Amino acid sequence: MRAVGIILAGGNNNRMRELSNKRAIAAMPMAGSYRAIDFALSNMTNSHIQKVAVLTQYNARSLNEHLSSSKWWDFGRKQGGLFLFPPTITAQNSWWYRGTADAIYQNLSWLRQSHEPYVVIASGDGIYKLDYNKVLEYHIKKRADVTVVCTECRDDDVSRFGVLKMNEDCRIEEFDEKPMISKSNVISTGIYVIRRRQLIEMIERCEQEERWDFVKDILIRYKDLKRIYGYKINTYWSNISTVESYFNTNMDFLKPEVRDYFFHQGSTIYTKIDDNPPAKFNPGCSVKNSLVASGCIINGTVENSVIFKKVFVGNNCYIRNSIILNDVYIGDNTHIENCVVESRDTIRANSYHCGENGIKIVIEKNERYSI
Amino acid sequence: MIKKEMIAMLLAGGQGSRLGVLTDNVAKPAVSFGGKYRIIDFPLSNCINSGIDTVGVLTQYRPLRLNTHIGIGIPWDLDRNVGGVTILPPYEKIGNTDWYTGTANAIYQNLEYMEQYNPDYVLILSGDHIYKMDYEVMLDYHKANNADVTIAVMPVPMEEASRFGIMVTDDTGRITDFQEKPEHPASNLASMGIYIFSWPVLKNTLEKLKDQSGLDFGKHVLPYCREQGKRLFAYEFNGYWKDVGTLGSYWQANMELIDVIPEFNLYEEFWKIYTRGDIIPPDYIADSAVVSKCIIGEGAEIYGEVYNSVIGPAVRIEEGAVVRDSIVMQESFVGRGAQVNRSILAQNVAVGDHAVLGVGEDAPNVYNKKVYAFGLVTVGENSVIPSGVRIGRNTAILGETTRDDYPNGELASGDAIIKHGEKDGESS
Repeated sequence: MRAVGIILAGGNNNRMRELSNKRAIAAMPMAGSYRAIDFALSNMTNSHIQKVAVLTQYNARSLNEHLSSSKWWDFGRKQGGLFLFPPTITAQNSWWYRGTADAIYQNLSWLRQSHEPYVVIASGDGIYKLDYNKVLEYHIKKRADVTVVCTECRDDDVSRFGVLKMNEDCRIEEFDEKPMISKSNVISTGIYVIRRRQLIEMIERCEQEERWDFVKDILIRYKDLKRIYGYKINTYWSNISTVESYFNTNMDFLKPEVRDYFFHQGSTIYTKIDDNPPAKFNPGCSVKNSLVASGCIINGTVENSVIFKKVFVGNNCYIRNSIILNDVYIGDNTHIENCVVESRDTIRANSYHCGENGIKIVIEKNERYSI
Repeated sequence: MIKKEMIAMLLAGGQGSRLGVLTDNVAKPAVSFGGKYRIIDFPLSNCINSGIDTVGVLTQYRPLRLNTHIGIGIPWDLDRNVGGVTILPPYEKIGNTDWYTGTANAIYQNLEYMEQYNPDYVLILSGDHIYKMDYEVMLDYHKANNADVTIAVMPVPMEEASRFGIMVTDDTGRITDFQEKPEHPASNLASMGIYIFSWPVLKNTLEKLKDQSGLDFGKHVLPYCREQGKRLFAYEFNGYWKDVGTLGSYWQANMELIDVIPEFNLYEEFWKIYTRGDIIPPDYIADSAVVSKCIIGEGAEIYGEVYNSVIGPAVRIEEGAVVRDSIVMQESFVGRGAQVNRSILAQNVAVGDHAVLGVGEDAPNVYNKKVYAFGLVTVGENSVIPSGVRIGRNTAILGETTRDDYPNGELASGDAIIKHGEKDGESS
């Protein structure tokens, strides 16, 4: 094996609003049946990377639950495996992860003990498919020190990304983290390839200088000194770390070309298996242009929506342009429009929820009396 | 020393010839059921839910799909350091080398497998019934009666009792007599083919009877035990239990799942049915689709209309197609404008555009009027039905058919096209 993987899944973003109250962004349910981190994990396993560390911090429990067994992504093996690294107190260190570089530093012994020559770093909140081996080959061909996977930003708001500019040889010349005014629409996807020894060296130096951030303190700081290259992808890539982009990314799966790309072509995206029965559509239901996951029971009307696993939709409900997360019970005659309904919630009969200007997040926390 | 109180032996070697072309390529326990499952998932899930973690699965007929499905038992949590699930095919040995010649003979040939777990009890199951049952409760009953053999029985309506193996019991539940498909049944307790044996009794009996040809539990082992004065008890089970041995009962059992509140409820949390699910994505129901009274497995794409049907995973139903009262198994495809009525489409079947299935009057099937009855169209795995043809009722299709196979673009009711595999003659 040529590379180990590191998935940075510790962060939070206040633009996720209440959706990140109880979970890490990487644990956000995605596309009806998945969680965000499944995409990075499946890309790792499909790229034959057998040893992967997931660095968690914010609301780490939600991810632990999802990753309680590594077998679903085929990491349950003697060589390599899946490693979960939340921050921990040691004799030398009692800090939380103070940044992405610090998170790697605090687990540097794992990197030192590995023997694979390269490291693939990815984030847990990207929705994409990518064969990291192709990036690795490019990295070797360019004799790069760091390769940054980048893409052209699809939405207008590039200010929440790292924006970069490359020369004809694809070497990165300018790199601005979350700029107010951007000079380019090419953004970093937060996926990097780097030689393991090089990474260890840079991270150690960072720590000595009390610098903690991989982007600011390594990529930007070293860009004129080291050979930092961009690898541009033009396949689907989306980052879900705001409510709007989370909503839109889920809605993208209603498009046949997006479903085809993720569900039918090439490599498979894996996730924890839940053993739900098939979705059930009772007489009187009407479902149009929607995704319905396993274990759902649908009685009412559902349009342009994504219904996650084990959702119950009562009689005469009207659900439109919404995302209903796992295990939600929706009582009869309820109207839900332009909403994201938080998982495990119980919506009483005759409720009305409508996002008037933008997306409304519905969290009711009613008691449920199981039948 | 390894010790398991009770282990299960699951008989999954039968073809199930009464399922016709559905079992042309797979053993009956591997046939899909309920939009997601395979028949063997029910006894396997019952085992793990009852706390039995050691299961031998006896295979013989067409085991590939079954082996792939079971693997090392991960979906049922039967991947264990000690015990777990083991596939037991017939094997070559010095002296006589036999196929499994009967249910009890198959168990006899695997005495060694059972012996290594030092069981006190052995549970014998068959892989062709749909039910949820706690075998531990049955074991408690077995122990309470100090029984040698306990047979699970189901009360059936008296007028139907003559179709079953009937157990006659005294007031205490002890079995006094067996009647195999009796004309005048003395009881309505039908055997479900589920037995608990105390291990020494099973072992001694099988060794005694080992030379009997076609050694069978119902025909030989149980009568012998009774003659020897062993304590045989009937354990009455009153839940849902369905033999899906015929196309009619298989279709019926599937259709019962789509009732608003089905008698056999898969949506209950406390007794889950597990299966290997390779297909993960959600279903997509398009703007042009109508879905009503149906269950649909994962990853299906529905653009047409589906009424009163059981649709498997990754099925695609195109715009304008109408599927009614049918079972469509995984990865099948129904083309634009096709009409599928009262049909069973096995895995990976392709129905061409505007083909019409299940129309016209009933007529007895020319190849096997007993198997292909119930007014059903039965289409075997990987079959292709060309565009625009009309197919009658009580028909069977297997293989890649082309327009030339349909004179005047039609397959009359009661006819069949079976292109590869053996013709399912009257004899079977």
